[in-house]
Amino acid sequence: MPHFVIEAGRGSLWDALVELWAHRELLYFLTWRDVKLRYKQTALGALWAVLQPLLMMVVFTVLFGKLAHVPSDGLPYPIFAFAGLVPWQFFQGAVSQSGASLIGNSQLVTKVYFPRMAIPGAAVGAALVDFAIASIVLFAMMACYRIAPGRGIVMFPALLALLAIFAGAVGMWMAGMNVTYRDIKYVLPFMLQLWMFATPVIYPASFVPPGWRWVLMLNPLTGIIGGFRSAILDRPFDWLAIAVAAAFTLGSAAYAVWSFRRMERSFADVI
Amino acid sequence: MQPIIRVHNLSKRYRIGRVERYRTLRESIVRSVAAPARIARAMFSATARDRAHDAERHVWALRDVSFDVMPGEVLGLIGRNGAGKSTLLKLLSRITEPTAGRAEIYGRVGSLLEVGTGFHFELTGRENIFLSGAILGMRRAEIQRKFDEIVAFAEVEKFVDTPIKHYSSGMHVRLGFAVAAHLEPEILLVDEVLAVGDVAFQKKCMGKMGDVARAGRTIIFVSHNMASIESLCSSCLLIGSGRLEAQGAPAEIVMRYMTSELRGHGGVRSLVEHEGRRGGSIPVMRSVSLHAGDQVATGIARMGSPFEAAVEFNAPHPIRPALGITLKTAEGMPLFGVSNRWTNQGADAQRVSSGTITCGFESLPLMPGTYLLDLHFGDFGDPSRDLDIIRDAISFEVAPADLLGTGMLPNPADGPIFWTAKWKAGTAGR
Repeated sequence: MPHFVIEAGRGSLWDALVELWAHRELLYFLTWRDVKLRYKQTALGALWAVLQPLLMMVVFTVLFGKLAHVPSDGLPYPIFAFAGLVPWQFFQGAVSQSGASLIGNSQLVTKVYFPRMAIPGAAVGAALVDFAIASIVLFAMMACYRIAPGRGIVMFPALLALLAIFAGAVGMWMAGMNVTYRDIKYVLPFMLQLWMFATPVIYPASFVPPGWRWVLMLNPLTGIIGGFRSAILDRPFDWLAIAVAAAFTLGSAAYAVWSFRRMERSFADVI
Repeated sequence: MQPIIRVHNLSKRYRIGRVERYRTLRESIVRSVAAPARIARAMFSATARDRAHDAERHVWALRDVSFDVMPGEVLGLIGRNGAGKSTLLKLLSRITEPTAGRAEIYGRVGSLLEVGTGFHFELTGRENIFLSGAILGMRRAEIQRKFDEIVAFAEVEKFVDTPIKHYSSGMHVRLGFAVAAHLEPEILLVDEVLAVGDVAFQKKCMGKMGDVARAGRTIIFVSHNMASIESLCSSCLLIGSGRLEAQGAPAEIVMRYMTSELRGHGGVRSLVEHEGRRGGSIPVMRSVSLHAGDQVATGIARMGSPFEAAVEFNAPHPIRPALGITLKTAEGMPLFGVSNRWTNQGADAQRVSSGTITCGFESLPLMPGTYLLDLHFGDFGDPSRDLDIIRDAISFEVAPADLLGTGMLPNPADGPIFWTAKWKAGTAGR
């Protein structure tokens, strides 16, 4: 039996996933490279992973917490906002880095073979590293405010997995689209900004009138980020939102992988 | 033995010309809205012009290429630039998908399509070795194991922890090749990477390629360096305009390529009327033909092969033919002259009015290039003057050959003469 056959239109999804797993070391190396390069020759280095959500938190605390008096579910506004901003920053970073990743690595795409999914995958990996660093600061902040995580903390890994899968799916799709439609690089920052406001990151879900809450739920990030906050800050879970988010996530992951594989065929020719 | 690569009707088509590389969403939307109108127009007026218009939009970089490669074979791919050699390698490396046809590969493939794949300037040599190795397909443990060997091959021991943006271009290239050279796939695809770097580096590359070949790996090797093709390859493919034009032994295929490439006049030239004939000459020489070791006239002689120039003449009265030939470079610089007058060969010949006089060389000590011949024809009995003198009577090409057995030839800048020497190394004081 041949090792592999090269033919137009060949290659099942299963083969693709098996190959990606076989190249997992490469995924590790590409992630490591992205992380290293991100902070090379910067003065603050990895501190930026923390400063970004922290600074946003300060801005939003002043604008929303103090001036607009947005409610925060009974918690002090800064910690409320930060607990939402950390996972949000992960999602935003993962998607924007992924989106640009294929174009940025065009040289690799045209000269060497490896599963192309590893490229946006590495961007998500690098964003995960930043998330890990920011989480440490988050838990430190909680210690300051004397808030202890409840039993809900067990949901943290599952929620992180969901968030990573969803970020990977959106990022991968954006990356593939960007190769053909270069508009994506202009659309992405704008889209992500809107998305942040469409997700209860800096405001609680309860802020939205009950009749409209179902609209919020259409956004998988509502369930996931809301779930993060519940898990970390010992608040009740909105199980419906989380279930809806999980379904959306898995659906979009399947679509993204299928779509990427189709687009992948012509990357080396178009990039 | 089963082939390790089977290629069957492999084809690749590209869009060219007016089609923009990057589409924008706006354009795609506009195109789909206008689609009904376009389709209607196409249905009602599918003229030949429209069809030709469509054909202009595509080019077949590779068309119906089929061949098999046996395990352990070193296959050379030669052809003009743009013939499709790199496209074939890209298809076999799975970087791009074929438009039609298929290839079956029975082994791990490593591609060397460029030196320094995956390198990033900000990272150190050490980091880049790991990164590039992983990208090319090596496992981390493998890279770890070969790390010292790679660094030694690249001769960058002292700089391995410096970012490569500080490396010289030579170091850069050496490091890139060092990593790639330590790949151990069953099948290696190499695309003209040996064309970069200085002479010392090229020597190293050739040596390494030789080692890999001797270790029994299958190699497909694209190059414009005919000497290295002849030296390394066990068989050869000639690709032209996307098609497989010939397949066979390297020497034969290289000759075929050179013959089709160079302005061949077939090695025969009529001298009845010639612009180089000196005023006052009698048109005694009728034609000249060149031979490279066999009966067939040819305008191309390989380095080191026998060479003959035969001049057919028709004199107004019986003479003993005397022929002198001056060999010049394409620029007109004379290199050497030969004549039967100075050797007394021909002194005892019969007097004839017509016939052929042939000048033969066992081998020509010439580097690859284009050369010219001046012909001086006269009567042996009259040494003071020549009857017929033609400058630049005929040109011919010298094709490279692997005379030194190493795939390398001297630097052309050292001159057009090919000469060999015996080398001895000893301690100081002989």
